[in-house]
Amino acid sequence: MNGRGQIILGIVIVAAALAAPLVFPDFRAQIAMLWVMVLFALTWDILGGQTGYNTFGNILFFGTGMYAAAVFQRDGGFDYFPGLFIGMGLGALISVALAAILGSMILRMRGHYFAIATLGLGIAAGEIASGWDYIGAGSGMSPPLFPGAPGISYIFFGYLFFGLALITFLLLAWVYRTRFGLALNAIRDNEDKAEAMGLKTDTYKIAAWMLAALFLGLCGGAAGNMLGFIDPRDTAFAGATFGVWMVLMAILGGKGTLWGPVLGAFVFHVTQEILWTHLLGWQRVALGLIIVGIVVFFPQGILGWARTRWPERFGHRVETS
Amino acid sequence: MLDNLQLFVDAPFLLIQVLLDGILFGAIFAIAAYGMALVWGVMNVINIVQGEFVMLGGFITFQLTLWGIHPLFGIPVAAAVLFVIGIALYYGVIRRVVDKDMFISLLATFGLSILLQQLMNQIWGGDVRTAQSGLGTWFLFDYTVTVGQIKVVACVGALILGLILIVFLKKSRLGQAIRATAQNPRAARVLGINTDKVFAATYGINAALCGAAGSLVVMAYSVHPYIGLPYTVRSFMIVIVAGLGNLPGVILAGLGLGAAENFAAFILGAQFQVAFVFCLLIVILVVRNTLLRRKRKYLK
Amino acid sequence: MTDQLVITGVSKRFGGIVANESISLSVPQGSITGMIGPNGSGKTTLFNSIVGHHPVDGGSITFEGREITRLRVPQIARLGMIRTFQQTRIFGKMTCMQNMAISDADHGYGLMALLKPVSGETRDRSEALLEFCGLHSKRHLLAGDLSFGQQKLLEFAMALMIRPRMLLLDEPTAGINPTLINGLIERLIRVNQDLGITLFVIEHNMRVIMNMAENIHCLAYGKLLASGAPDDIRNDQRVIDAYLGGH
Repeated sequence: MNGRGQIILGIVIVAAALAAPLVFPDFRAQIAMLWVMVLFALTWDILGGQTGYNTFGNILFFGTGMYAAAVFQRDGGFDYFPGLFIGMGLGALISVALAAILGSMILRMRGHYFAIATLGLGIAAGEIASGWDYIGAGSGMSPPLFPGAPGISYIFFGYLFFGLALITFLLLAWVYRTRFGLALNAIRDNEDKAEAMGLKTDTYKIAAWMLAALFLGLCGGAAGNMLGFIDPRDTAFAGATFGVWMVLMAILGGKGTLWGPVLGAFVFHVTQEILWTHLLGWQRVALGLIIVGIVVFFPQGILGWARTRWPERFGHRVETS
Repeated sequence: MLDNLQLFVDAPFLLIQVLLDGILFGAIFAIAAYGMALVWGVMNVINIVQGEFVMLGGFITFQLTLWGIHPLFGIPVAAAVLFVIGIALYYGVIRRVVDKDMFISLLATFGLSILLQQLMNQIWGGDVRTAQSGLGTWFLFDYTVTVGQIKVVACVGALILGLILIVFLKKSRLGQAIRATAQNPRAARVLGINTDKVFAATYGINAALCGAAGSLVVMAYSVHPYIGLPYTVRSFMIVIVAGLGNLPGVILAGLGLGAAENFAAFILGAQFQVAFVFCLLIVILVVRNTLLRRKRKYLK
Repeated sequence: MTDQLVITGVSKRFGGIVANESISLSVPQGSITGMIGPNGSGKTTLFNSIVGHHPVDGGSITFEGREITRLRVPQIARLGMIRTFQQTRIFGKMTCMQNMAISDADHGYGLMALLKPVSGETRDRSEALLEFCGLHSKRHLLAGDLSFGQQKLLEFAMALMIRPRMLLLDEPTAGINPTLINGLIERLIRVNQDLGITLFVIEHNMRVIMNMAENIHCLAYGKLLASGAPDDIRNDQRVIDAYLGGH
């Protein structure tokens, strides 16, 4: 889709996003979660799709942001909104620092070792959080109550998350056009060659992860407030749900593209909301099946498939001879 | 934490207890690790669903006890069932990702692990299960150190499984075909070996191995649907430390890991045992990678 | 001519096999220097040692007077020594223009420098170099969709994009359609003469290397067998023996 088409699509989405919580008040919570999903998918794709480094542990940053914000709100002595925003910023800061420190250790390895190293990050964090009394240990934490009528919080957070998702999307759109974005793709396509061309691959990988951590940390901080209660294993470091969805949505929509993760988030979230009511517990089983199915039979994702079907429409020149 | 350390000083026999328990547990890790090394070496697939195979074996054996069958029979039954499951998974999923990039097979086996984990959670629920073997306890050192007999049986059983595998790989035709394919798949194909069947057999054997190990685990310890990932991570760590072809190394690393974990659980508290495993993974990877970087290589 | 690359007593062992044994040679600045030798004589290993792909077991390597023996691949690449690979390596899911853009080293490799869109200057230079290599019409295609010969040309164009001071070419004509070889050779010579880039070339094609190189080093069984002008090498009995397999 050319530039103009994308802008038009973008405007339509923005308009719809602004109107939706008001037009569909019953679905306020789901709409807010939709933007969280978009953030999950976009941030996963920075390292997963664009750089070729699967990460199974990004949930670490989400949970860290969540706890950091909640702790700050509890102990910082600020009013609700300043407390929330500063808390979110704090969460983002800590997440980014975590990404820098961890990344400097495990991103100096090749992709599959990094991937395995991230497998346990979410679970380890969940376990540690469950045992840490300062943040409530296994009983979790409750962020302060949103000052307003019950339904209003979802509208507020819905717009907040939409704004965050929009900023993330636009920022990534810009980043992927820079030479940094090209460098990430080069690492994905042939890391040996990228090194042989003098690229500082380690630096770029760590920077990419820090970028993901930034937005996940911000998102987590706000999400804790919206959800109302922070359980270390089920909410903050929810590896089996959020953590898995991050991976799934991006590859479903088409990893390595800008719109792919967004598309994947939309499709997944809508489908999941429908399935949830029918499948209940089997939904999680179905998720595993879907991941395997996509990876094996449909690895290019929706957007990737569309690209092979209609290459010109989706931005690829094809040889005409 | 320091209180726990103090206990070691006050009652030195605790050291032996913790060490012994750890080593006995570690033998089982070693077996799962060897299976993972086999699949990795032969097909270049890092099998993230490895731990779930162990978990499945445990649940199958548990189900047998629900039907009144003694869990020791679970060892061959679980091995057989997992062998079939392994073959099925190979032909259904694995063979389609074997020749692709490693990150695709990682995602695929990751998906399988989620699938099996949640499936077992649905079928049996999240409770912790164990199977009574009816064996007693040995008391050593004047009743200061206790050793569940089943734990010794599990340890010995694991080592026997390993031995059977070694003999099989060395002596049988399939075993030799497997080793040949591991060394050089293309040459093996040229020599007429059906690498597809070899891959299937390897994957099945690995699953069977894990299934048998799971049987031992449910008898000597316990299982629940989420024990899989820690086992996968343990196997991976052992393979990293010991290397792909090195059975004595794998056993030693397994025992060592079991001991280390048990000490960590004792000192830090049992709730941090799993966190310890995952943190250790990162430590091992980083150390190993740093050492390799000196030689300007990287973990491949 | 000063010596741009000086290798002194470099050895490399892989387990029990000695791939390079105490090799000493030098590559003069601005020259086209060839390296020949039968299969397994250690040529690619020497290249790998030079660019930092693995550490050497002994000896020293200096580039433009600077000791590079212990430097890593990206560091050596940033000093201006670029190598191409036998099995051509390019970035398959990026377009040719993007491959070229990422090869541009003019703005440095720092994070801040990279966070800028591709400049018009980079685009122009990319197009010019792609034109030079005959790939201009394919510039917006995915590099992975090119034929093998075209990918080799792309790899060459990318190497030129970096503004290398020295190019290590590992069998540049291997796998190329014989009718296209002349074109490649022509470009190599032009690059050397017009841009002053030193070429250090591993070649199996005798016709090519004898006509192109000013001096040639011959490796055999991991040792440096002979060095000299093409005519001298061509008639050197030891070289002839090595190729004919006399042990």
